Amino acid sequence: MWSVTRPLLQECTLACYRLLSAMTQAVPPILSITPSRALVDEKFQVLVENLPPGCPVTLHSLHHSEDKDDWEAYGHYVSDHRGVVSVTEDLSFGGTYTGKEPMGLLWSMRPVPGSREGLRLRKINVCTPMLVNISVHSGHEDFRDRTPLASALAERWYMAPGVKRIDINKQGVQGTLFIPPGPGPFPTLLDMWGGGVGLLEYRSALLASRGYVSFSLDYLRSEHLSADVEFKYFETAFNIIRNHPQVIPDRVGILGISLGSTVAFNLTAYSTIIKVNVPRCIVCISSNHYHPPGTTLKAGFKILSKHFHKAHFDENNYMSWRSFGLDLIADPSNNVEVGRINCPMLLVNGCDDQNWPTVETAEEVARLLREGGKEHLLSRLAYPGAGHLIEPPFSPHFRATKFIILNSKKKVILLWGGHTKAHSDAQEDSWRKILSFLQLHLYHSPSVKAKL
Amino acid sequence: MLAVSKRCFVFPCSCRAAPPGCGPHTLGRLFSAMTQVVPPILSVTPSRALVDEKFKVLVENLPPGYPVTVRSLHNSEDKHDWEAYGHYVSDHSGVVSVSEDLSYGGTYTGKEPMGLLWSMRPVPGSRPGLRLRKMNVCTPMLVTISVHSGHEGFRDQAPLASVLTERWYMAPGIQRITNNEQGVQGTLFIPPGPGPFPGLLDMWGGGGGLLEYRAALLASHGYVSLALDYLRFDQESENLELKYFETAFNIIKDHPQVMSDRVGIFGLSLGSLVAVTLAAYSTIIKPCCIVCISSNHYYPAQGSTVASRFEGVTRQLYKARVNEDNQVIWKDVGLEFITDPSNIAEVGRINCPTLLVNGCDDQNWPTVETAEDVARLMREAGKEHLLSRLAYPDTGHLIEPPFSPHFRATTFVIHSSKEKVLLLWGGKTKPHSDAQEDSWRKILSFLQFHLYCGPCLKAKI
Repeated sequence: MWSVTRPLLQECTLACYRLLSAMTQAVPPILSITPSRALVDEKFQVLVENLPPGCPVTLHSLHHSEDKDDWEAYGHYVSDHRGVVSVTEDLSFGGTYTGKEPMGLLWSMRPVPGSREGLRLRKINVCTPMLVNISVHSGHEDFRDRTPLASALAERWYMAPGVKRIDINKQGVQGTLFIPPGPGPFPTLLDMWGGGVGLLEYRSALLASRGYVSFSLDYLRSEHLSADVEFKYFETAFNIIRNHPQVIPDRVGILGISLGSTVAFNLTAYSTIIKVNVPRCIVCISSNHYHPPGTTLKAGFKILSKHFHKAHFDENNYMSWRSFGLDLIADPSNNVEVGRINCPMLLVNGCDDQNWPTVETAEEVARLLREGGKEHLLSRLAYPGAGHLIEPPFSPHFRATKFIILNSKKKVILLWGGHTKAHSDAQEDSWRKILSFLQLHLYHSPSVKAKL
Repeated sequence: MLAVSKRCFVFPCSCRAAPPGCGPHTLGRLFSAMTQVVPPILSVTPSRALVDEKFKVLVENLPPGYPVTVRSLHNSEDKHDWEAYGHYVSDHSGVVSVSEDLSYGGTYTGKEPMGLLWSMRPVPGSRPGLRLRKMNVCTPMLVTISVHSGHEGFRDQAPLASVLTERWYMAPGIQRITNNEQGVQGTLFIPPGPGPFPGLLDMWGGGGGLLEYRAALLASHGYVSLALDYLRFDQESENLELKYFETAFNIIKDHPQVMSDRVGIFGLSLGSLVAVTLAAYSTIIKPCCIVCISSNHYYPAQGSTVASRFEGVTRQLYKARVNEDNQVIWKDVGLEFITDPSNIAEVGRINCPTLLVNGCDDQNWPTVETAEDVARLMREAGKEHLLSRLAYPDTGHLIEPPFSPHFRATTFVIHSSKEKVLLLWGGKTKPHSDAQEDSWRKILSFLQFHLYCGPCLKAKI
């Protein structure tokens, strides 16, 4: 382990820079990304060869988003005696991440200096890849002042080849369906995002790339005038996918984040048309079971907004709903009766969630299930240092982002919580555990043993 | 269950006959029951890759000890279907890993992670003499990988699962530019990034037409590559032709993103003849290194163009032996030509590192004899230290990038007579594929050593 002190570094940088200048007339380093095209949850190896030995360089990633913002990450490295820097094997001495971080160039991305506040990075068009430019620069401090020595382009895809994307507008239900390649039939997932605006497809696309017919449901609809009408909407959506010709009808799961997890709880606890074994399992990320009876989701949101004056604002004026959320869920009549749920459940939460008391919610769910003798159905993951927005692996972490309060046009900056490194580790670990939970319940077949 | 597996592991067979207690009927019923319920999980990782990258094909969630066939299918630009398949048996955890397990039969046997690509051949019922080459390098080659129940007769049922994989010649960010500058025709491929990069003049063989895929792949490895369209039958004189090649070389050399003292030449078959003659005779260009696949140094009377020399050879075709499959063997004709020392290029004049890559079962041209001859001449000129030679056993003439299917004989149209013949290239599929994989790695390492690493660097310190 080389401890690189400042004066030594400067001396080194100067020597190497001179060497590299001489070299760049002669020969640049060789930068490679393997694989250059990958799914967003796959790792890559970034390698730089042909550098002078012991040379300080910076690896820099740059992405120009669909919203036209620039996001970047970088790590400071020193080449070994063979002139190699391996982001997979070597330590970063500083930058947007430190330590041995093979994927740091992705998960530690943040808006470039000078960007607007409260930005969030989410792919809307999942049919094209996210393009990330990775480059290697001479030196550490002020690496930006010089043109890169070499650069390469990586494609990060939400959709595997052969996955089909279909717009759904059936029986009043709207959303996007993703179907894996192959004859099927496949297990399926009803996928619901949180309480923001618009339909997000990327997680469904990724789940389809992992073998599940996945329906990204557009569910926050203002035309749902009553809770009953809204409930029927969800049941109809559920049946649409269950009855799809390429779906195995008794292998349907529900996956929801934040407000989406409220829907998952609600549907599973109260639906009478959804029979035994269906849904076969549910996954709730950033668990929320606050749902005053007889209210639509939007109405519930409105009730919530009446408590905003109690919200806590931190030193940056970011708004946290956690404390008044805790008050609200303290009254059990406000919550979904999760004790009625009869299927395996996985709850994934961040201990530093500042948006909602998700860990407390999970504890409450555990208590209620225990009372009903159903604790064996529950698995809980609570990640230290992770916030509310637990996304697929290697997605950047957003501690606080702009949010438009429904029906009010009011823009605030909501504090989601989490510390970048811990939050990113949580994203990587939770995704693997979510996929393995889904595979166990939706792909493996205890029913075969029964038939033998 | 394990009894089935054991038997199959010890005696590679079609697994048709299973021992008592675990007959095909039991497994069949089990699987039918299952397929109503849950299919196996098939994955190809990575699902998008460069053509010279390996992938891992994995099948999970099968019943234990279950016979399956993993199959690949590709519909070519010429609208032909190409396929490969291997017969496997799942382990006790219900897994088949093409990377780790043995194939018991099919188009390949043994532990062959990439067998589903290199052992591809046209599906039964196709025309003879087909060849698979990607013309449009901007799109990937699409291969469907599927898993089927059973071994014999696997085609009779629908697949249990299938996935699609993309195989690319171009890495993201590569620029493809049609070149028409200074009368030189070809396609330029430029890697992403500021550069500057080493350059390569890339020349295919005598088949006519411009093939870009190797140049695209070389650019994906960091070289500005020009795929040169050079077999011009209207070319009037050798001098003009030499000028054409020199101009092409200089277009690369003078390109703003190219390091002018790091340009090499890469040729296959007739292209390797061009490489050798340029390196030996040009007074204007000095390649940094040359790579000759399926080496050719046939250089008769001065003043003849490459095209006319080629025609000269093809006119002697009547002398060529034809085997029992009606495949034409040019090798002996070639051997006759090159035994006359006045017919060969003065390779002793070459002054740059040279890599010769040949197949010992080459039936199209005496390439191994050529390499030996080149070694002799360079030794006599005191330049043996510049030469590296690779001669692969049971390998034919068409040494392509890794995992490309092997073509032992394909249809070839003679330019002068428009006659269609079936040319025998040679090679046996498994050793030929091993040679493609090994030679590519060695070629890239040769190029990296001479064009990227820096003897000049040492000089400067």
